[in-house]
Amino acid sequence: MSQHLAQLHGAKGGHGRSGGHAAPHEPVFVGDTMAKLEQLFPLYPTREACLLPALWLVQEARGWISEPAMAEVAEVLDLTPAYVKGVVTFYTMYHTHPVGRHFIQVCTTSPCGLCGAEDTMKALLEHTGCRELGATSPDGRFTVMEVECLGACGFPTPILVDDDFIESVTPERVAEILKRYA
Amino acid sequence: MGYPHPRHPRETVVLSRYFGDAGARSYRGWVERGGYAALKAALGMAPDEVTAVVKESGLRGRGGAGFPTGLKWSFMPKNDGKPHYLICNADESEPGTFKDREIMRWTPHQLVEGCAIAAYAIGAETCYIYIRGEFTDPLRITAEAIAEAYAEGALGANVLGSGKRIDMVVHRGAGAYICGEETALMNSLEGKRGNPRIKPPFPAQAGVWGMPTTINNVETLAAVPHIITRGAAWYKALALGNPKSTGTKLISVCGHVARPGNYEITLGFPMKDLIFELAGGMRPGRTLKAVIPGGSSVPIMSAAEAEDCPTDYENIAAKGSMLGSGGMIVMDDSTDMVYQIWRLARFYAHESCAQCTQCREGTAWTTKVLERILAGKGKAEDLDLLLELSENMTGKTICVLSDSCAAPVVSGIQKFRSEFEAYVSKARKPALAAV
Repeated sequence: MSQHLAQLHGAKGGHGRSGGHAAPHEPVFVGDTMAKLEQLFPLYPTREACLLPALWLVQEARGWISEPAMAEVAEVLDLTPAYVKGVVTFYTMYHTHPVGRHFIQVCTTSPCGLCGAEDTMKALLEHTGCRELGATSPDGRFTVMEVECLGACGFPTPILVDDDFIESVTPERVAEILKRYA
Repeated sequence: MGYPHPRHPRETVVLSRYFGDAGARSYRGWVERGGYAALKAALGMAPDEVTAVVKESGLRGRGGAGFPTGLKWSFMPKNDGKPHYLICNADESEPGTFKDREIMRWTPHQLVEGCAIAAYAIGAETCYIYIRGEFTDPLRITAEAIAEAYAEGALGANVLGSGKRIDMVVHRGAGAYICGEETALMNSLEGKRGNPRIKPPFPAQAGVWGMPTTINNVETLAAVPHIITRGAAWYKALALGNPKSTGTKLISVCGHVARPGNYEITLGFPMKDLIFELAGGMRPGRTLKAVIPGGSSVPIMSAAEAEDCPTDYENIAAKGSMLGSGGMIVMDDSTDMVYQIWRLARFYAHESCAQCTQCREGTAWTTKVLERILAGKGKAEDLDLLLELSENMTGKTICVLSDSCAAPVVSGIQKFRSEFEAYVSKARKPALAAV
């Protein structure tokens, strides 16, 4: 590990919602996760192209992408932290702050909206106890986010709970679906 | 995972033949159903011959633009000594469209085989399949199919014993509608923000990593093995009266219909029959009001226009709209057009990459003005203001995202003006709280 990287890992991660006394950043790219990243390198002609996959690896490992994690990604891919942050914040699926144990995305774009998606969204907020969209429930279990078209317009309303793509969700089905997620 | 509807006898089932048949998902299952014979046959032809067959078939891009596929392949330079790339655009994000998802999750090898044939034709050794990040099932299933194809020798250093090398990689997007635009997708694949690039240069000259690149939609590539196996003449004969629109097309019918789903039609099929017979028509007691025929980016058609229109590129264009991606959003007489157009504008405002001023500002202001109208605070001149904004958003930006926002606004005001006026005159109660 380079000295620069070691400094980053020792740096205070004060950018999360938890305040200024966050634990030091534990490196993500060690052991199996580093091995997974290294397997990607030969698939692309540049290291930069591994940025989106590397960010997915961070989010899988930590649930969100902190600024120290962005700096670590920048270090392993030979990019600048500012560049990495620019990319992270362009895409809606990367979380730049902690979210609940289960992240729920609900589509309300026009085709689903015509078929009652807003009612499904309201039922998700009500049953999870999330006060508003983007907020995490007081028990830390869920975060609900309204998203644009999930590409399953023939199955209104589709939702994503973590990586589970669930079709045809009506308000009546919400309670039963949420039971699957502790 | 189920398939929602049985095949309708008036469908022309080619790409969707094995939708709902889980046995078709494995390499063995695909081979048993005739799979990989087309790749074998293509590898026995010269790359230019493969391109010529596709050109002759009349196949056009199924992602939205409808550009002739064989012609696009023929733009790739020959013997230039540079690496060539094939990209499969599986970023399906156009509201109303959900066909590529079905191709990937039911028949992933149909796509892998189509990609391999296209890569061979354009002289590419590497193909990237860029799948939107939310498509967790297609991502997993396509990656498994690629791994199987490597294990069976259909991909890798010696494709089916031909001595040709073709590598295939699944690349996961991370949530951005704009990455379905081909140059934005290439930037995203390079590890950048998904901002579209100015064209020219076109991808065939300088695409991903500056190298000659062909980028095709999932449905386009999935059609290729069938064309190779059954011939250009067979594909060309799949047309109902219009020789410029050939082959079959998956139409994703959604919104206010009894049986939403993907219906595979021969191009030229009557839109009225598609909506009322195949998709089961309106819910009881409802009548058809409007149709957005090609994904949310195309102009809205009135019921009368839709009921008198063959479903193909030229005939829909003649009615002032576009076949686009084939994502057909159907709206019945219960629909508040002003509210729906506002919801679409909000989508484009959210998805604008913010690179061009006309788009960044135009999509946001269009949304705000529509919000004001829906909140009962609209002014008589707001309709002209919306049209003026739309004019400034059409044909003036790097990509067509802002044109896509203008399309439903302009066509909506043209065809449903009285609904806007009812909000402005307060004849209609506000649908949104004041902003």
